[in-house]
Amino acid sequence: MSGWLEKQLPKLVLAPSFVAILIFVYGFIGWTAWVSFTKSKLLPRYDIVGLIQYDRLFVSPRWDVAFSNLFIFGCLFIIISMLLGLLLAILLDQKIRTEGIIRTIYLYPMALSMIVTGTAWKWILNPGLGLEAMVRSWGWESFSFNWLVDPNMAIYTVVIAGVWQASGFVMALFLAGLRSVDEEIIKAAQVDGIPTWRIYSSIILPSMAAIFLSAFIVLAHLAIKSFDLVIALTGGGPGYATDLPATYMYTMAFSRGDIGQAASSAMIMMAVVFAIVVPYLYSELRAKND
Amino acid sequence: MNTKLLIAATAALTISITSMAKAEPQAEVLHWWTSGGEAKSVAVLQEEFSARGGTWTDMPVAGGGGDAAMTALRARVLSGNAPTAVQLKGPAIQEWYEEGVLADISSVANAQGWADVLPASIAGHMKCEGNWCAAPVNVHRIDWIWANAAVLAENGISMPTSWEEFNAAATKLQAAGITPLAHGGQAWQDATVFEAVALGIGGPKFFHKAFVELDEDTLKSDTMKAVFDQMRIMRGFVDSNFSGRDWNLATTMVMNGEAAFQIMGDWAKGEFLAAGKRPGIDFLCASTPGDGFLYNVDSFAMFDVDGADKEEGQMLLAELIVGKNFQKVFNMNKGSIPARVDVALDDFDPCAHASAQDMAASNSGGSLLPSYAHGMALRGAQSGAITDVVTAHFNSDMSSSEAVDMLASAVANSL
Repeated sequence: MSGWLEKQLPKLVLAPSFVAILIFVYGFIGWTAWVSFTKSKLLPRYDIVGLIQYDRLFVSPRWDVAFSNLFIFGCLFIIISMLLGLLLAILLDQKIRTEGIIRTIYLYPMALSMIVTGTAWKWILNPGLGLEAMVRSWGWESFSFNWLVDPNMAIYTVVIAGVWQASGFVMALFLAGLRSVDEEIIKAAQVDGIPTWRIYSSIILPSMAAIFLSAFIVLAHLAIKSFDLVIALTGGGPGYATDLPATYMYTMAFSRGDIGQAASSAMIMMAVVFAIVVPYLYSELRAKND
Repeated sequence: MNTKLLIAATAALTISITSMAKAEPQAEVLHWWTSGGEAKSVAVLQEEFSARGGTWTDMPVAGGGGDAAMTALRARVLSGNAPTAVQLKGPAIQEWYEEGVLADISSVANAQGWADVLPASIAGHMKCEGNWCAAPVNVHRIDWIWANAAVLAENGISMPTSWEEFNAAATKLQAAGITPLAHGGQAWQDATVFEAVALGIGGPKFFHKAFVELDEDTLKSDTMKAVFDQMRIMRGFVDSNFSGRDWNLATTMVMNGEAAFQIMGDWAKGEFLAAGKRPGIDFLCASTPGDGFLYNVDSFAMFDVDGADKEEGQMLLAELIVGKNFQKVFNMNKGSIPARVDVALDDFDPCAHASAQDMAASNSGGSLLPSYAHGMALRGAQSGAITDVVTAHFNSDMSSSEAVDMLASAVANSL
């Protein structure tokens, strides 16, 4: 009896969460997919009418802006966060004395919620209150930094705030990666007289490929589901210049009573996530099978 | 035998308790009036309701300008347990009616003679296929222009009565180093200014054709281009830091004399009054240039509920909401005017008097129109589509002819 229990225990313990995930994640993905093929307005309806919601979505100029913003924001956010995080990690890795304190300082933004980050940066970047007003009060009258209120540049302020929030976390990931590289190899390289930059570029970084991948996955999903940062920082404005798919979906579902449209935009967002995650899973699984 | 008796007695007792409870009117009210003055106003209704022997279950859901409350409502309706009364307005009432969940309160409405005391176009919003299904609370006027009296006097400007006058006054103010128009760059505020301009330039008939009937030719007409041209001019009259500013901060700019004008509904008056400013002396109110009256009417829609006590509560609530006392007290607090036209306005301020007079005049003249920007004229998807174009035009260098084409296609796409 106890032998049987011991064998089955892991399955029994995992079963409730397995069922919960099956219903609340995959079940509702299915439900959303269904609704996206209907003409649901205020309340969901269930008679399928075809691809009309997707047709509406793809001719909507606002969705166009939201979707291209996702790529601008996503690419810049991921690339800059990773470069900055890597640079900070390498600098911290030079066995400096106050490493503990500096590491904590850089990691702290991650402890804030996106709402706090967004609100703080909203004030910092506001031309009438923040940076611009401060520099001008110092006497540099022509200084101008009004990206927050410029529809063409506003999306980059979201990148700035996002990078500020996430790069410390990426630094911590990379720092752990740097420390996990075998000390013996590095010493051997130093004995051979190889310059430090070469040790990093040819030995350490290539051996950290897995860390790069996890940092990328973490940042990519942060970028795609990013919602609160935009709401707090710009409210989607000026106009709808900083709309992202998530804020578009929220507006359609909760402000405009257009659930069909919201469901179709949610499905596209999920497709983007799949496009990134599926190759990752595939490579992971294949690596294990080898 | 004894046990049977006991059971019968218990049953009888239970029935009498339930029926006693049933005699008492019950109402569960979903609303998002949670800020200071509004909460006070709801409390008045609550007291009246209790005084008439009812039990009030308050269900305030704050946040998102009613979005959060609507989400709560959706969940309640889907689970088959709708609240008795819900703060809803305009076409949203009809949308919920189409989902088949609204109740018929014609018996109260007829007994109280609502048809005689409410303006016809406002009464139209309260009816679902001829039956009364909602009770109006107030009338906000949208097309107001507010001004700092001292700033206008110093620069020798009077309240503009045409958009040309407004432009001339604004140019003069700009030269004097004053921001002519206090404005907050949020989509709904852009839409508020836009509809005031559209009403002024196009007139009531044009407004009705464009924003109630969504007539494609009108949306693409030269008049609409002229409206967008004026919006482009207005863009030049706001300060460079307007993006994302809340409306009450814009009102403060007018109060401080940093800016001269603001175009905003009459809730702005509440800000002026709360800051101790006097109408006609410190600040001026006038309708925006042009004919007509754009209204935003808050109301309570009555949902289908089970049980005599709840139905009774619903009827009582409807009666009290449209009752003279509540209409007066509530609107004094909120800055709007009563929806019924037979309430004495002696205690109201001059702006409210002007609003009430204009409402009566425009009602007989056929220019009493629903506000599109505040969700009275169109359903969410359509008004949202228009607002998207308005705000995109206002915040970019889009040309007026591009804007009207975008407007027509956005509206067509939202249907």
